Amino acid sequence: MVWWDRKNKATERPASAPKRSVPEGLFQKCTACQAVLDTSRVVEALRCCPACGAHFAMPTEERIQLVLDPGSFQEEDAALEPVDALGFRDTRGYGERLRLAQEAVGVSDAFRSGLGTIAGQPAMVGFFVFEFMGGSMGSVVGEKVTRLFERAEERRLPAVIFSASGGARMQEGILSLMQMAKTTAALARLRRAGLPYVSVLLHPTTGGVAASFAMLGDVILAEPGALIGFAGPRVIEQTIRQKLPEGFQRSEFLLEHGMIDAIVPRAELRQRLAQVLGLLCGGVP
Amino acid sequence: MLSPRHALDFERPIVELEQKIAELRAVGEAQLGQELQQLEWKAKRLQQEVFAQLTPWQKVQLSRHPLRPFSLDYINRLVPDFFELHGDRAFRDDPAVLGGLGRWQGGQAVLLLGHQKGRGTQENLRRNFGMPRPEGYRKGRRLLEMAARLRLPVVSFIDTPGAYPGLDAEERGQAEAIAKNLEVMAGLPVPIVAVVIGEGGSGGALALGVADRILMLEYAVYSVISPEGCAAILWKDPDKAETAAQQMRMTADDLLALGVVDEVLREPPGGAHRDPDAMAQTIGAAVRRHLDELSGLFRTSVESLLSMRYAKYRALGRFSG
Ligand SMILES: [Zn+2]
Repeated sequence: MVWWDRKNKATERPASAPKRSVPEGLFQKCTACQAVLDTSRVVEALRCCPACGAHFAMPTEERIQLVLDPGSFQEEDAALEPVDALGFRDTRGYGERLRLAQEAVGVSDAFRSGLGTIAGQPAMVGFFVFEFMGGSMGSVVGEKVTRLFERAEERRLPAVIFSASGGARMQEGILSLMQMAKTTAALARLRRAGLPYVSVLLHPTTGGVAASFAMLGDVILAEPGALIGFAGPRVIEQTIRQKLPEGFQRSEFLLEHGMIDAIVPRAELRQRLAQVLGLLCGGVP
Repeated sequence: MLSPRHALDFERPIVELEQKIAELRAVGEAQLGQELQQLEWKAKRLQQEVFAQLTPWQKVQLSRHPLRPFSLDYINRLVPDFFELHGDRAFRDDPAVLGGLGRWQGGQAVLLLGHQKGRGTQENLRRNFGMPRPEGYRKGRRLLEMAARLRLPVVSFIDTPGAYPGLDAEERGQAEAIAKNLEVMAGLPVPIVAVVIGEGGSGGALALGVADRILMLEYAVYSVISPEGCAAILWKDPDKAETAAQQMRMTADDLLALGVVDEVLREPPGGAHRDPDAMAQTIGAAVRRHLDELSGLFRTSVESLLSMRYAKYRALGRFSG
């Protein structure tokens, strides 16, 4: 279900940017408008192109600072660790892949979650860590998402999830697929309890994450230019044996086809989220 | 008898023996009685040996066998009064998803759902090789919601390579259609039994497969991605599908061990396609037993049924800390 192929990243992902913060004096080329950009300026501009506004990938830590009130994030379940339940080995063992990803990114798996406030409004919030194995969902991610929805129900709080994921993690096999059912079952309970859930779709959100809780928000927001869909573009092109039209599966395409509620530029994300959460939680008491 | 044209590589020696037996029979068996008996014994033994040590990849091939019974083959044998229902009431009818009403083995009225593959080129094109589009899942959802209102238990047959990865499917919201079914099935206030009869292909399978009980035929497979897809991404080599099938633990016995499946239904010697009637009988009895148990709980307390279903999925996953 994860369609992501690192080889083709450049072609499938016009909005790519350096992953970690970069010292002064470094330059990069905008993959959308080709402008040569001072990287420190790009970081200041919330990892957007100062020339054309293209949204590049934003590291999760910066995302947390962007949307939550300073110091309000109380992370939960950070100690959950993935295990190699199947003894899976491709060109490398899964255990080794995990260890390398953990060392490179500094988190135990591809999701961080906890309690936070957005302009004073408390919420259960979760962030996919795309840097960690393409944000793929295995048992740890599924468990954390499930707990997030369960705690939102217990604490009578809204839920907000920022998705960026290639889908279910192949190395945990069927257990990864079942996380789609598990997380969505928890979400179904949250909904019956009358609590709102806002899904924010980042670039890219595909496969088993798109086909479960990510596309089920009461309100679904997306960043400009994000790739969102079930199947990846390459798989579709192989199936239909033709090139996909420009802009296919991008946020703007999904808005036009009625699949999302709004496209929100990064600079407005915090304010728009606060606004919509306030409204969703503002029913007659 | 299985025709050699449809036989898989590892079935061929068995089929060749069977053919020889058939030819001998045709010439008149009087003086060949002894030889025939020996050959029949040999054919049976060979089949036992081959099927006792099937590799995961061979099971993948069996799950996709051109003669393997499809949802309708079982429904026609088990639901004499099947009444098919069509359409999502919004866009169109998707022949890759089957839905309808009927009495399970002439007893309890149920909603029947399933993926439906086609036999032969024309039928396969019409059924899109059992790969649903969003309207197929939305037909399923419509019928599930009806079943809930009318207190009809649900029996769902899983058999798909996956949800259709096409331009039109994406345009109409394939991801949302699948996601919505997961949500609806998780909270559906009637008993649900799913039977994986062939290929359980990823989210496209799961979208009809959230259930109180999941049964799986012995040579069916169920996985997060096809072995070919997995090989192409992780090994960058589609020819590694056999290895990927091994690594992914996608057979019925694997899924039983992982706690995903509740019961494995043994297939007739040589697989379900060798004796669809016998396979249907096994499915019929097992589903009926589970429906009876679940209906008891359903009558006592719908909330207990839903809590049990939630607990089943809640427990899936392995991690530490
Ligand atoms: Zn630019």
